[in-house]
Amino acid sequence: MKKYIDQGKNDTRSGFGAGLAELGRTNPNVVALCADLVGSLKMEKFIEENPERFFQIGIAEANMMGIAAGLTIGGKIPFTGTFANFSTGRVYDQIRQSIAYSNKHVKICASHAGVTLGEDGATHQILEDLGLMKMLPGMTVINTCDYNQTKAATIAIAAYQGPVYLRFGRPKVANFTPVDQKFEIGKAVMLNEGTDVTIVATGHLVWEALIAAETLEKQGISAEVINIHTIKPLDGEAVLKSVKKTGCIVTAEEHNYLGGLGESISGLLATTQPTPQEFVATKDTFGESGTPEQLMDKYGLNNKAIVNAVVNVLKRK
Amino acid sequence: MPKLQELQDLTVQVRRDILRMVHKVNSGHPGGSLGCTEFIVALYNEIMELKDGFDMDGAGEDLFFLSNGHISPVFYSVLARKGYFPVDELNTFRLINSRLQGHPTTHEGLPGVRIASGSLGQGMSVALGAAQAKKLNKDSKLVYTLHGDGELQEGQNWEAIMYAAGKKVDNIVATIDYNGQQIDGATKDVLPMGDLKKKFEAFGWDVVDIKEGNDLEAILKGMKEAKSRTGKGKPVCVLLHTIMGHGVDFMMYTHAWHGKAPNDEQLATALEQNPETLGDY
Ligand SMILES: Cc1ncc(C[n+]2csc(CCOP(=O)(O)OP(=O)(O)O)c2C)c(N)n1
Ligand SMILES: [Mg+2]
Repeated sequence: MKKYIDQGKNDTRSGFGAGLAELGRTNPNVVALCADLVGSLKMEKFIEENPERFFQIGIAEANMMGIAAGLTIGGKIPFTGTFANFSTGRVYDQIRQSIAYSNKHVKICASHAGVTLGEDGATHQILEDLGLMKMLPGMTVINTCDYNQTKAATIAIAAYQGPVYLRFGRPKVANFTPVDQKFEIGKAVMLNEGTDVTIVATGHLVWEALIAAETLEKQGISAEVINIHTIKPLDGEAVLKSVKKTGCIVTAEEHNYLGGLGESISGLLATTQPTPQEFVATKDTFGESGTPEQLMDKYGLNNKAIVNAVVNVLKRK
Repeated sequence: MPKLQELQDLTVQVRRDILRMVHKVNSGHPGGSLGCTEFIVALYNEIMELKDGFDMDGAGEDLFFLSNGHISPVFYSVLARKGYFPVDELNTFRLINSRLQGHPTTHEGLPGVRIASGSLGQGMSVALGAAQAKKLNKDSKLVYTLHGDGELQEGQNWEAIMYAAGKKVDNIVATIDYNGQQIDGATKDVLPMGDLKKKFEAFGWDVVDIKEGNDLEAILKGMKEAKSRTGKGKPVCVLLHTIMGHGVDFMMYTHAWHGKAPNDEQLATALEQNPETLGDY
């Protein structure tokens, strides 16, 4: 199996901060907005270098989404920063009318998604955001897996016309995608070719999927591992090509199984090529306080859970 | 500069447009539209500095955002009669495949519209973003908005009102259609909002009262005053005291016509009170 090396643990939100800082230097139209979470979103560098292009909104996320929409009228490319919960559910109607329906070039950048936010607990751990965002017509939805990919995605979405939801997280995790890997919106990344089962993962579950594939290899099971960072538009071609070969699939995400990546894929497969599928995802539940590792374990969101899901799906082939 | 009589004639014609539009599809919002007719006519034909044609960015011209999107009939009529799109298109209001959706939208590419509105309470934030983009672009033109008074019950407005003053967004003139009415009744009965003037002032805004909000001369004077107060470190609010349903006697002073179309007979009476001036579409 192809080897991936952790280049040093880092948080995806720092990848966002680094990407935003680079955009500040290269694209004069990029502006940033934040609702009193500058440090959490790692926006300091951009602000330090471009104070006139930063808008501190205060704790008023609805206002932030509207102001971002307005800034596009005048040619700006606004990046909003707050936690995933306050980037989506809190402001759904503002995004729906002023950004998505109005087709504004706003980049909604959301940190602290999922249970890996940790100790703050369920009030802050949104597991519904991918579903909320992917249901909006015209919204592009991205969930990145490590520092390098988040940095590359941040830079890529500035050049993309239209509204984007970019989801990342809080904890330091393995940084394993190549530093120079181009980020192509809507294109799956083949991480390991295999023949027995397809594992499609997004976000923090991608590294777990690679560990799971190694474990499975030792058991004589050849797993194909695909990273889908763009939930919408979905790279259906990559999924179909893989399941034609393997005949079964496990999807893995730090999100409710309702509304997530797995649901999108099952919708695709049901209408094209019905395939046994298992979901590694939360099962219609809120999160709770704990360390990220404890929570990923308790809610079945790690490499062990993926291995179990593969064992189960293979029986259904 | 159009003479007062020309604006007057346009006002009457726009009223006719509003009434005929909502009558044809037996839906839409005549009350607020009629109450704001003088204001929107004056704004587009005398107050705002506009370029020819339409582009989304509106660089180098004043911008207008209609936050209370339900009064789309008056907005559409004034835009059409200003030349943004053919006046005949008013015939398609609220019909399938029309660019004139029930509430204004950019989705169908109607010239003159820069944001969707209809879900109340969002327009001020959008306008503030556009105003701040103007500042970044060193564009000295202004941003105008209109909001319902009932609409101010939405909390997002107060986020925006606080922000505008706090960040010294002084290139915006936000007007409140102060008709004292909303869907379920008088605003004072539905949810009393207290002294709006004092509220805006307490939030750090400069407030201009236009007591006769259905009088063109008073509007022109008040809006010119409001304009003169921009650029001085404070956002400017205009409290436009209007009469809902103005210009049609049986529609006035009540919330009853907020979102109800006249029947054939009522339309005939209403049109009699507003005889054709520039020609019906
Ligand atoms: C967020 C939201 N809630 C409710 C409505 C339904 N609604 C449409 S107009 C209206 C009343 C608005 O009152 P006001 O702003 O005073 O406008 P007027 O009736 O005076 O035209 C309501 C409740 C809406 N469009 N948006
Ligand atoms: Mg009202």
